[in-house]
Amino acid sequence: MTALLHVTGLSKRFRGLTAVAHVTFSVRAGHIHGLIGPNGAGKTTVFNLISGVLPPDDGEIAVDGRSVTRLPVHARAGLGLARTFQNIRLFDGMTVLENVATGAHARLTATLMQCLFRTPAWRAEERRLREQSLELLEVVGLRDRADLPAGDLSYGEQRRLEIARGLASAPRLLLLDEPAAGMNPHETEALARLLGRVRDRGVTLLLVEHDMGFVMKLCDWITVLNFGRCIAEGPPAEIRRDPVVIEAYLGAKGAARLACGESSL
Amino acid sequence: MPWLDDILWTYQTLIHSLGINGLLALSMYVVLAAGQLSLGQAAFMGLGAYTGALLSLHTGLPFALVLAASALAPAVVAAVIGIPTLRLTGVYLAIATIGLGEVLRVVYVNAGITGGALGLNGIPGRTETWMIFLALGLALAGAFAVGQSRIGRAMEAMRSDGIAAAVMGIDRAAGQLAALLVSAMLAGLAGCFSAHSASFIGPNDYAFETAVTILSFAILGGTGSPLGPVVGALVLTALPEVLRPLQDFRLVFNGLIIVLVVLFLPRGVVPWRMPRLGRLPRGMAP
Ligand SMILES: Nc1ncnc2c1ncn2[C@@H]1O[C@H](COP(=O)(O)OP(=O)(O)O)[C@@H](O)[C@H]1O
Ligand SMILES: [Mg+2]
Repeated sequence: MTALLHVTGLSKRFRGLTAVAHVTFSVRAGHIHGLIGPNGAGKTTVFNLISGVLPPDDGEIAVDGRSVTRLPVHARAGLGLARTFQNIRLFDGMTVLENVATGAHARLTATLMQCLFRTPAWRAEERRLREQSLELLEVVGLRDRADLPAGDLSYGEQRRLEIARGLASAPRLLLLDEPAAGMNPHETEALARLLGRVRDRGVTLLLVEHDMGFVMKLCDWITVLNFGRCIAEGPPAEIRRDPVVIEAYLGAKGAARLACGESSL
Repeated sequence: MPWLDDILWTYQTLIHSLGINGLLALSMYVVLAAGQLSLGQAAFMGLGAYTGALLSLHTGLPFALVLAASALAPAVVAAVIGIPTLRLTGVYLAIATIGLGEVLRVVYVNAGITGGALGLNGIPGRTETWMIFLALGLALAGAFAVGQSRIGRAMEAMRSDGIAAAVMGIDRAAGQLAALLVSAMLAGLAGCFSAHSASFIGPNDYAFETAVTILSFAILGGTGSPLGPVVGALVLTALPEVLRPLQDFRLVFNGLIIVLVVLFLPRGVVPWRMPRLGRLPRGMAP
């Protein structure tokens, strides 16, 4: 099957600390792929490397067979790559709707002259953009918040706005960094349904998340990181029983206790 | 309307200053709106003033071409400063532009053609009031049109969060360089108008003080829309005239007003924020 994202031998060091070490994995088109691991395992750093926010020390990143390793951040959006941030990074002064519209930047085509003279082509593009942005807000349940400043939203709403903004570029691959963090169980459930719908629209998802129930239910495939290394990979049913994974999460003692009982992750 | 002619004649210098400072304020806005700080607006203005004055004194070029050259000269210098500094994020542009005015002042004083410390005299009065306000009107209209498009949204995004903007596909360095070039052109235009209005220019007219004054237009007016800085320029240009009866206290009063606005109106005297996405025509809104 086709790999939409292919990461090979990816490494990143911060001074003495090796945050990501020779990580290799592939994300198949149409999958929801989970990237899990304890705090500090290097998940966010992997996202920063894939999106180009940080340069890797080593390794290759390919989207749809095309290497993007040396592309600047802004050039990757045009190739169908989008992401959200664990520490929310919205454009606070803009309205909710404008945030979504800004997410569409890479696929808009209006030139400076068309903007300056407000040509019919520019008008048509902006009108379509407005409709599409409102539709995305409907999808994430923020339609009635469209004209509020983004900074006024609640935490959970801001997370959903990040998703809508990420979807606005019509990406092929969306990286989600802890989208359920800070959400209550009700919101988390709604988010799981939302992400399922997003996948059904043809968007491949790479998902970092700590809520194991959420990850196990939603993901088609899971990659596990620990201390920057890839320690396991497989479908959720295998991962939740993998002793190496259980040990990484609970430590050796916890794993031993778990082995005596019958529960799993 | 003879009474109108009288007013225009009596207050011509002030009226010209209002429009010219409005252009300078817009030039400041364009840089600030893209999330950078330039302290070189006065230097860009001076380059436009000297370029325009020299062309008018030594060539027979029509004024339209003199204006075009006065806009281009500072844009070239802005490119030389902007290309290396805007690759980096942070305050490098501000630092690089602080010294620009001083460097150019030394050039004006020492280069023979620029008239040394005495500056240039007898610059023909080619600036007409309508030209200044036509330029200001067009620049304002352009700033609104571009500001409410994908380009305006990109500018606000890079001002608000450079990393998130880049992830959205926005090329920050290119956008901020373009903003700086446009800004230098507007300042150069203002300088050319002012040189052909005052008939005399000197090397000390475009120093750091002037740069700070131009920045204060934007701070007083607010940068939520292109209108704010222009209103700020109008207020700060008219104020000294209005306060003339206060004589020596007028500078103190002027400063006091700026401080009060900064303290109590942090978004300026025009706090209105320009929307970045046009509304649907009435009746089409879902
Ligand atoms: N920009 C940075 N500078 C220095 N160290 C960093 C930076 N980003 C992450 N780290 C370190 O790299 C390790 C992995 O961090 P991170 O990728 O955020 O982990 P995770 O997202 O899995 O919790 C941590 O030890 C963290 O402190
Ligand atoms: Mg993280």
